[in-house]
Amino acid sequence: MVNMGPQHPSTHGVFRMVMAVDGEVVVDVEPHIGYLHRGSEKLSENELYVQVVTLFDRLDYISNLNNEMVFCRSVEKLMGLEIPERAEYIRVILCELNRVASHLLFFGTFGLDAGAMTPVMYTFREREKIQSMFEMVTGARMMHNYIRIGGVKNDVPEDFHRRMHELIAELRKGIDESDKLLSFNEIFLARTKGIGVISADKAINYGMTGPSLRASGIPMDIRKDEPYSVYDRFDFGIPIGENGDCWDRYYVRVEEMRQSMKIIEQALDQIPEGSTITPTRLVLRPPKGEVYVRGENPRGELGVYLVSDGADRPYRVKVRPPSFCNLMAIKELIKGTYVADSVVILGSLDIVLGEVDR
Amino acid sequence: MSLLDLLKTISAIMGMLTVLSVIVLSLTLLERKFIGRIQMRKGPNRVGPFGLLQPVADAIKLVAKEDILPTWVDKVIYWVSPLVVFIPTFMIWVTIPVARDVVIRNLDMGLFYIIAFSVLSIVGLISAGWASANKYAIIGGFRAAAQLISYEIPIILSVLAIAMLAGSLNLERIVDAQATKPYIFLQPLGAFLFLCGGLAELGRTPFDIHPAESEVVGGPFVEYSGAHWSVFFLAEYINTFAIAALTTLLFLGGWLFPGLPGNVTASGVLVFLTKTYLVVLVIFWFRGTYPRLRIDQLMSLGWKVLVPLGFINVVVTAVALKTELPEIILGLISFVILASTFWIISVRMRTAPKPEYTVRLYDPSLEGLNAR
Repeated sequence: MVNMGPQHPSTHGVFRMVMAVDGEVVVDVEPHIGYLHRGSEKLSENELYVQVVTLFDRLDYISNLNNEMVFCRSVEKLMGLEIPERAEYIRVILCELNRVASHLLFFGTFGLDAGAMTPVMYTFREREKIQSMFEMVTGARMMHNYIRIGGVKNDVPEDFHRRMHELIAELRKGIDESDKLLSFNEIFLARTKGIGVISADKAINYGMTGPSLRASGIPMDIRKDEPYSVYDRFDFGIPIGENGDCWDRYYVRVEEMRQSMKIIEQALDQIPEGSTITPTRLVLRPPKGEVYVRGENPRGELGVYLVSDGADRPYRVKVRPPSFCNLMAIKELIKGTYVADSVVILGSLDIVLGEVDR
Repeated sequence: MSLLDLLKTISAIMGMLTVLSVIVLSLTLLERKFIGRIQMRKGPNRVGPFGLLQPVADAIKLVAKEDILPTWVDKVIYWVSPLVVFIPTFMIWVTIPVARDVVIRNLDMGLFYIIAFSVLSIVGLISAGWASANKYAIIGGFRAAAQLISYEIPIILSVLAIAMLAGSLNLERIVDAQATKPYIFLQPLGAFLFLCGGLAELGRTPFDIHPAESEVVGGPFVEYSGAHWSVFFLAEYINTFAIAALTTLLFLGGWLFPGLPGNVTASGVLVFLTKTYLVVLVIFWFRGTYPRLRIDQLMSLGWKVLVPLGFINVVVTAVALKTELPEIILGLISFVILASTFWIISVRMRTAPKPEYTVRLYDPSLEGLNAR
């Protein structure tokens, strides 16, 4: 028996796996979830609607803006609120940028899991540029609280367009560079090809979503299937894998970064002038009712089930976190592999414990 | 042995310890700077000019650190293991010549002695893993044992071919035999095997399987801290330098360089150190660019590729010596074998489905939503 985690360098946070090993082979694995449980869902019931947004920032702390967006959309749907178009575009641009940042982080840490120490430096350099961009627009590097119910906090700065175009050009170069460094390295291929294979049927049955599901060959992307916000106005592709192994899960994300940048460029061209927020009262009282809203997060489908009893605080907020559902397949994936593979497989699922344990 | 001889030997050994410690300090700084540059960082640059005093600061920190003794460890073995790793790595250096006659004791069986002692440190790694009473440490210790033993064989085989060529196990004579042609030209295959096996024996990327920090969190060293950990660290870097030095001596012509006098100590040491540090840089370069192999892949590479190649190398060399083939033909044969090995591997890579085609953009006009 080997107890991997909660304090282990490659469990991506504080995830704990108890593995039964036979020499180097993992015979059985028991994931233990809940070390980072903070009761976010329960806390949400005691906060005003505008305050809950800050809690959503802290769920998946690597893709904060995507989380904020899903929650705000759920409240807006409940209230039937119209969003200014400019706000929608700003939301989409920042969310896609956040997706790139999240995948860059995945890129680096996945390299570390496979034992390569350089990719993480390359991708963090790129990610840092995105964080500075976020800081410029939202005022914070991570916990933005920028997307508000009814729009976004404020308009983008003056030279936003110019700097975004510069950033995109730099990111393209940086991603190609990291891609060249790691993706087709023989040792990396040997470590990830054919490791942790999950078939499309099983992936669906386990409730996997996002890149992890697409790597198994299912072109499911909520941005396409159920276009929310202004996603139906952009031309972008869904990268899908064939084998559902670690390498496919990895490369789908690399391709997704390129698609995201395509979306951002189109959005920058189309973005209209106008106001950025529909004014609402500080203390919102949405009508009685319930609503389920889902959005495509970097890790998969983030769903919010919101019940309102007409008060100024939500009656119930249920979160369907993508990492949690993807993680369900871990037992199936890791059983029978080597200890070294288990680390790579866990890395390829790209979990964020803030979201798994909530 | 007279008293004078004894004193001489002792002072030489003390001198060697000092010099090696300084070399280790330089290596740590060099590695951090070099890998920093590969990763577009600056590396240490705060302590002293250009960060030159960083290794000293590190050493002071390590010695001043609390030496933790976990509750369940087997105390005697736990404290002795670092020494078991440390002593053989130093003993190797007794017979490694840095320039002509700059050596503590030039043994006629020098190569044999080095091979014999370099294997000894495995015992220390296993016992360290076992005594730590930590599961990661035990896994790491056994990984180290498996890895080091299997990679000793390609090393021995490549060294054997060198010994046959030079007709001696004495390192000075091996270097002298390379006066006109470094053995890397006669034995490119042997050089590859030696460096490959050497990397695996050091446990450095891409073979850093026993201390793999993302899997077994440092392997046998996981419970050690402070001065005892630094002893392991010292041994690792001295081993790195030893492998680089042996590569220089066996394949790159040691302290000889065309146009420079081989008998002058100063130029000899300079040439030797330059070559050795270059080999060390190559080793660091691997660390900056490669991921890590898995233990079973490492084993199959060792036993299915390197060991057969090693035997082929020995046989080819023996036949060439027996039939008195011109040396250039031996070099060509060796090179062809090496190149064809790479070629076979790359063909196998190419015939395998190319990974980028397993990830493509979904095209709804070609297939339904749930195509599979």
